[in-house]
Amino acid sequence: MSTLATRKKPPRVGDNPIFRRSLIGIVLVLVAFVIVAPLIIIGVEAFSKGWATYRDTIIHPDTLHAIMLTVLAALIAVPVNTAFGIAAAWAITKFDFWGKRFLLVLIEIPFSVSPIVAGVAYLFVYGLQGLFGPLLDAWDIKILFAIPGIVIASMFVTAPFVARELIPLMQAQGRDLEEAATSLGASGFRTFLSVTLPNVKWALLYGVILCNARVMGEFGAVSVVSGNIRGQTNTLPLHIELLYHDYQAAGAFASASILALLAVFTIIAKVLLERQGAGRVRKTANPAEKTS
Amino acid sequence: MRRRNVLPGLPLSLGVTLFYVGLIVVLPLAALVIKAASLGPADYWQIVSSPRAVASYRVTVLSALGATLFNLLFGLALAWVITRYRFPGRRIVDAMVDLPFALPTAVAGIALTALFANNGWFGSVLEGFGMKVAYTPLGIMVAMCFTSIPFVVRTVQPVLEDLDPALEEAAQSLGGSDWEIFRKVILPLLTPALLAGVSLSFARSLGEFGAIIFIAGNQPMSTEITSLLIFIRLEEYDYQAAAAIASVLLLTAFFMLGVTNWLQARALRYTVKG
Repeated sequence: MSTLATRKKPPRVGDNPIFRRSLIGIVLVLVAFVIVAPLIIIGVEAFSKGWATYRDTIIHPDTLHAIMLTVLAALIAVPVNTAFGIAAAWAITKFDFWGKRFLLVLIEIPFSVSPIVAGVAYLFVYGLQGLFGPLLDAWDIKILFAIPGIVIASMFVTAPFVARELIPLMQAQGRDLEEAATSLGASGFRTFLSVTLPNVKWALLYGVILCNARVMGEFGAVSVVSGNIRGQTNTLPLHIELLYHDYQAAGAFASASILALLAVFTIIAKVLLERQGAGRVRKTANPAEKTS
Repeated sequence: MRRRNVLPGLPLSLGVTLFYVGLIVVLPLAALVIKAASLGPADYWQIVSSPRAVASYRVTVLSALGATLFNLLFGLALAWVITRYRFPGRRIVDAMVDLPFALPTAVAGIALTALFANNGWFGSVLEGFGMKVAYTPLGIMVAMCFTSIPFVVRTVQPVLEDLDPALEEAAQSLGGSDWEIFRKVILPLLTPALLAGVSLSFARSLGEFGAIIFIAGNQPMSTEITSLLIFIRLEEYDYQAAAAIASVLLLTAFFMLGVTNWLQARALRYTVKG
């Protein structure tokens, strides 16, 4: 029925078969060259020295340590940013207060700032020549060139991810349901869990997954604050750089293949969640708001 | 009449938000600005206008312009093909558009270098034409292109999806050719979204680091981007110079944020119906 209806429609602009086929052809070739080829070369290079070398790289203590550190950073930064995202979305969408627009801009800043600038900025807070550096040094607390620095830098870079998914959706859903629940005597926490959360769960998960991918792949900010100590403060992306500059290309690509796999899983999860409606409200509410 | 808000949780949620934004976002950026400001105008100017710094701005901005121009054309074509045509593999192509966002920049960097090095799949072919990409400014552009592809596509796509077919039909009934209708009816409707996507893509290219440092030659005065110069100053323990140059990037980022927000607000005016 629907196909019949579309067939009856007059051809739209660009439906000329020759134009249509050549444009699809050109775009597919470019997608293959620009987007798909980099993904394929990672696999090809990772196994260029055979399966044994690949396995040896992955189970090397330095690689395992880098994987562990990357996972640890994600285990801290993702839940913290999720909690922050929920709090920010609740405050911004359920209440009116002075300076709300300014707060929204502040939350979005990490998307616009170069990761290197973020890393340098953290040096001037926690580094020896920074604001709190001397104090931290006196108390013998190490933040920079240690794991806390890596975690905080990752938190900066991914701070807006969850908030950005939740705010437009909760804005669109309004306050009526929550007000009804509260007037019936539900506590704020209960209201959030049984009224708000079911409506935003897919968007929340969507934000969490994108946040996780970014934390695990962050390079610039982390490379400034980590100190690059092999086997101690190297996350997986930094480990890749180290191997690559050590002329161990196959090892670098083997480590990179883990992150490439993560990227593929992230995209699959994203497609599945978009089928549940996640990301859709944001697209229509603010089509251009899509940064990473 | 304004109703009184009965919902609970404002002090807690706003408190958490302000504390976190203050600690994670505002404090470090303020520290950076304070450090740069402590230099004094003469020293500050001398650092940010040194020939090596100026050369780094030049290569960063020019490469970002080139990459953005490519992404404008490629992004528009890609969005058009995904939304207007049905062909096998369309959904996979649609999903693959997000790969540059999902793939860590360091991974993209080594992958692009392997492809474009003179013994790589693309590099060896291009060398036959006398073109060198890896370790030249062209390589910087390629890395910027890759990391910012999704911006134009994802901003233009929803507008293309919502385009009212009646407008095209009206233009067709008036005897307009496809090209005329595209130029005079469709393109003006897409322009706000295109501009917003372009500014996002350009801003991202200016700040990109991970993907570029592998493929750029990183030679001072020719293939050294500004982010890398900051990094090098840090490694030389020249923290003041790092702070000064980083503050230039920060100012640029704020400027681009303003431009992008303005363009997005404009784009929104055209997309939201009724």
